Amino acid sequence: MATTSKDPVLVILQLTGANDYLNTIVPYTNGHYWDARPKVNIPADQVVPIDDDLAFRSDMDQFKDIYDKGNMAIVHGVGFENSPRSHFRAMDIWHTCEPDKIGTDGWVAKVIRDLDPTGENVLKGVNFGQGLPRAMTMRGVPITSVNHLATYGVFSSVSGINSQDERTQLLDSFARMYSPAIGNGLTMEYIGQTGLDALRGADIIKVAPQQYSSTVEYGSTSIATSLKDVAQVHLAGLGTQVFYTSHGPFDTHFNQGGSHAKLWIDISEAVDSFFADLQEHNASENVVMMIFSEFGRRVRDNGTGTDHGAAGVAFVIGDRVKGGMYGAYPSLKPEDLTQGDLEPNYDFRGLYSTIVDKWMGLDAVPIVGGQFEQMSFV
Amino acid sequence: MPTKQDIALIAHLMRRAGFSEPRADLVARADKGYEAVVEELLHPEDQPPIDEELMYRILPGYEGALGPPISQADWMFRMVNTQRPLEEKIALFWHQMFATSNSKVDNPPEIGRQIAMFREYGLGKYGELLVELAKSPAMIFWLDNHGNHDGSINENWGRELLELFSLGVGNYTEDDIKSAARAFTGWTIAPKIPRNPLGRFFWNFEYKPEDHDDEEKTFLGHTGNLNGEDIMGIIVDQPASPRFLARHLYRFFVADEPDVSSWSSTPPNDPAAIEILVDAYNESHGDIRAILRVLFNSDFFKTSQFARVKSPAELIVGTVRMAGNYEGFRPGFNNLALECAWQGQELLNPPSVEGWHTGAAWIDAGALMRRVNFAAGVLGDISHPGVRAIVDRVQLQPNNSAQTMVAVCLDSIGPLQVSDTTLKELLSHALKGGELAWNTPEEISSSEDRVSKLLALIAASKDYQFA
Repeated sequence: MATTSKDPVLVILQLTGANDYLNTIVPYTNGHYWDARPKVNIPADQVVPIDDDLAFRSDMDQFKDIYDKGNMAIVHGVGFENSPRSHFRAMDIWHTCEPDKIGTDGWVAKVIRDLDPTGENVLKGVNFGQGLPRAMTMRGVPITSVNHLATYGVFSSVSGINSQDERTQLLDSFARMYSPAIGNGLTMEYIGQTGLDALRGADIIKVAPQQYSSTVEYGSTSIATSLKDVAQVHLAGLGTQVFYTSHGPFDTHFNQGGSHAKLWIDISEAVDSFFADLQEHNASENVVMMIFSEFGRRVRDNGTGTDHGAAGVAFVIGDRVKGGMYGAYPSLKPEDLTQGDLEPNYDFRGLYSTIVDKWMGLDAVPIVGGQFEQMSFV
Repeated sequence: MPTKQDIALIAHLMRRAGFSEPRADLVARADKGYEAVVEELLHPEDQPPIDEELMYRILPGYEGALGPPISQADWMFRMVNTQRPLEEKIALFWHQMFATSNSKVDNPPEIGRQIAMFREYGLGKYGELLVELAKSPAMIFWLDNHGNHDGSINENWGRELLELFSLGVGNYTEDDIKSAARAFTGWTIAPKIPRNPLGRFFWNFEYKPEDHDDEEKTFLGHTGNLNGEDIMGIIVDQPASPRFLARHLYRFFVADEPDVSSWSSTPPNDPAAIEILVDAYNESHGDIRAILRVLFNSDFFKTSQFARVKSPAELIVGTVRMAGNYEGFRPGFNNLALECAWQGQELLNPPSVEGWHTGAAWIDAGALMRRVNFAAGVLGDISHPGVRAIVDRVQLQPNNSAQTMVAVCLDSIGPLQVSDTTLKELLSHALKGGELAWNTPEEISSSEDRVSKLLALIAASKDYQFA
C-alpha cells in the first residue's frame, strides 16, 4: 500500500487507435528498425536518446525531462497472447481483462467499487469524454462522466436559458420532480435517486473550475483541455481517486509522419503542464498517471503509414514512480516476429495488478481476474 | 373523431411497435381504428420503403465502409424516417435477442446486412429466421462456426443457439450442444477479400459438404444424419421454444422483466400473458406476425402503458420524430448514432451475446444526464417544426391559463402520463409565470419561451424515461 498521506489517485490516459511503439520509443541503433522502416521512421539525428539502444521520438522533450527526473517508468512489450488486430476487440480486452470471452464489467469500475463499496461518493470515478468507456461500466457502480467541465450539468443543452435565476429555477424544479415519492414503483424510485445523484455530482463538481487558479498555461489542444479538467477536479479535493480520459486517433495507416508527431507533441505538452500544475499546488505526490494503447503497430511500414500490430508500450508517471525501463523491448529480428508484429512479452494485467495492488492498495486478483507478474515501478 | 383515450392507446402502440410520433400523426392513425393500425404495422411491405438513393447521398454506408459510425447512422436514418416502424422495431428486437457485436466481428457493414435480414425475415416464421441466422456471416464469425469442423467441433454457436437464441438453460443437455455443433459443421464463410488496402467487404455464407459431419447424431431425442436445417426444425417444435420467445417478446414489447440469465429461476411477471403468446405460437406454427397480432390486441398489452424504461434508441428516435428536426435529407445522423452509444446502446455493438441489460439497467447517473439533456435540448428548441406545432397548439387554446399550458404540453408529448409529484411541480413551475399572453410581439416571445422551457422540463422528467 502506498504510504502517501492523501488517498492514492490514478489518472488513466488511453491512446485510442493503436500507438506506434517503434516510433515512440525508437530502437534507433537497431539495424532491423532501419530495414523495416525505410519510409516511416524517426531520423537518427532527430531522436532524443535514452541510452545506446533506445530513444524517445523527436518531439517528446518533456517526456525526456520527466524521465530524467526519475518520475517515469517505461513499460516494454505490453499486450496479451494471441493479440487480435481489431481495435474494438483489443480495447474490450484492455477494458474488461477478458481475453478469452466477451466481458461486460470494466476493471476500473471494479476498482471504484472496492474503493467505495456503498457508492457514497458519485465522484469517486470521473470520466472526461463522450460516453463511458467499457472499463468504467458495471451495474451499481456510479461514475460521473463529464464531456466539458465548464458546461457540465443538467439542462446544459437547453438553449435560451437567459439568466442564472432561470437556470436555478429549472434545476430546483428538476430536483423536486426527482424527489422520492412513495407508490410509483421501484424503477421510478431508482430513476429518481439516480437523477438526484447526477444533479449532486454536477453540483459538487462545478466548484472545481470556480476554485481553480494556476499560473500554468495549458495549450488549447483537446488533451490539454481534458487534463486541465482532471487537474481542476483533483485540486478541488472532491475525493476522486480514478480519472479516465482518452486521446487520438492513433490509427496511422496513412501519412503517419505529421499526424503521429502532432499527437505526441500535444500529449507531451499537456502531461508536462498537468504535472507542473499539480506541483504548483503541492498536489502531485498522490497522483500516478498510466498511459496505454490497445496494441502497437506492424514492424514493417506500408509506405506512408503502419498497420495494426501487437506489443505496445505503456508509461507510468508520477512523483512516487520509480523511474526507468521495465521489461524488455521485444525482439525485432524477423524470425522472432508474429505475423510481422512485435510479440508481447508482458501481460497488461500485470501492469494493472502492479498499480491496483501497490498503488491503490487493493487486492488486484478479483479486479484483473487472476495473478499476474507485477513490476516494481511503484 | 378519436377520443383522448383512443389517441393515448395509439401513442402507446406506436411507442412499442414503432417510435413516439407527433400528435397529428397519432390522430391520423387513431382515425383508422386500433385494430386497423395494428394490421398496417404488421404489414410493412404495404408501406413505401426508405428512399435508399437519397439516404446513400448523405450516408455512403455501403460495402467498404471504414468505421462503425456510418453503419450505425444508416440505421438511425431508417428508424427516424421509416414509414414502416415495426420493420425497424422488430430488427431492434432480434438484434437484442441474437446480439452480434462489432467488438469482435469488426465489420460494421456485415452486421448491417444481418440487420437487413432481420427486416426481411423478422416478421415471418421463427424457424426460417433461425436458418437465416445460422447462415449470417456476421453470426458465423461472432460465434466461431467457421472454426467448427467435421471431427473437430467448436461448440460456441451450438451452445448459444440453445441457451440464448431458442430454448433457454435447462431445456437441453451438453450432448445436445455437441450434436447441434456437429450438425452445423461445414456452415462457414467463403474466403474473404482482405480488408486492406480498400476497406471492408461483405462476407458470404458457404456450405462446405466436405467439412460437414455426415454421421448419425442424436439431438433432443431425434436421431439421424441431422444437418443445420433439421436442428432448427426440431428446435421450433420444442415446448420450451415458444415459452422462451414469448418471454423475450413480452420483455421487449410489453413490460420490463429481469435479465435472461435469471429466467430459469425467476418466473415471468405475468404468466397468463406468456400462456396467451405460447398459444399464439402453437396455433400459427411459430409465425411472428401472428404472435404479435395477438400481443398488440391483448388486454395485457393495452394496460401496460409506461411499464418499460425506454432504450436509448427509443428515447432518441422517438424524441426527434416528435420534434421533426431530422426528417429526410439532412446531415447529422452520425451524431444521433453517437448519442445512442453515449447513452449506453451502441448499435451493432451490444456488450455481449446476451444483448443489452434493459429496464432500470439502462439508467446510471452518466446515462441519465445524457438522456435528460438530449431530450430537453431537442424538445425545448422552438426552431424544430414539431416543437413549433406544440407552441402553436397552446396559443390556439380558448384560455391562457398555466394549467391549460401544462395539460396541452403533456398531451402533445405522448400523451405523457406523469406521477402526481411531477404534475404538481410542473403546475407550480407554470403558475409562477401566471397566464400566457399573445397580444404584443414581446408577449408572444415571452409566452413562446415559457412553453418551450416547460417542454424541456417535461422532457427532463423521470416519467419521460418510460415507454
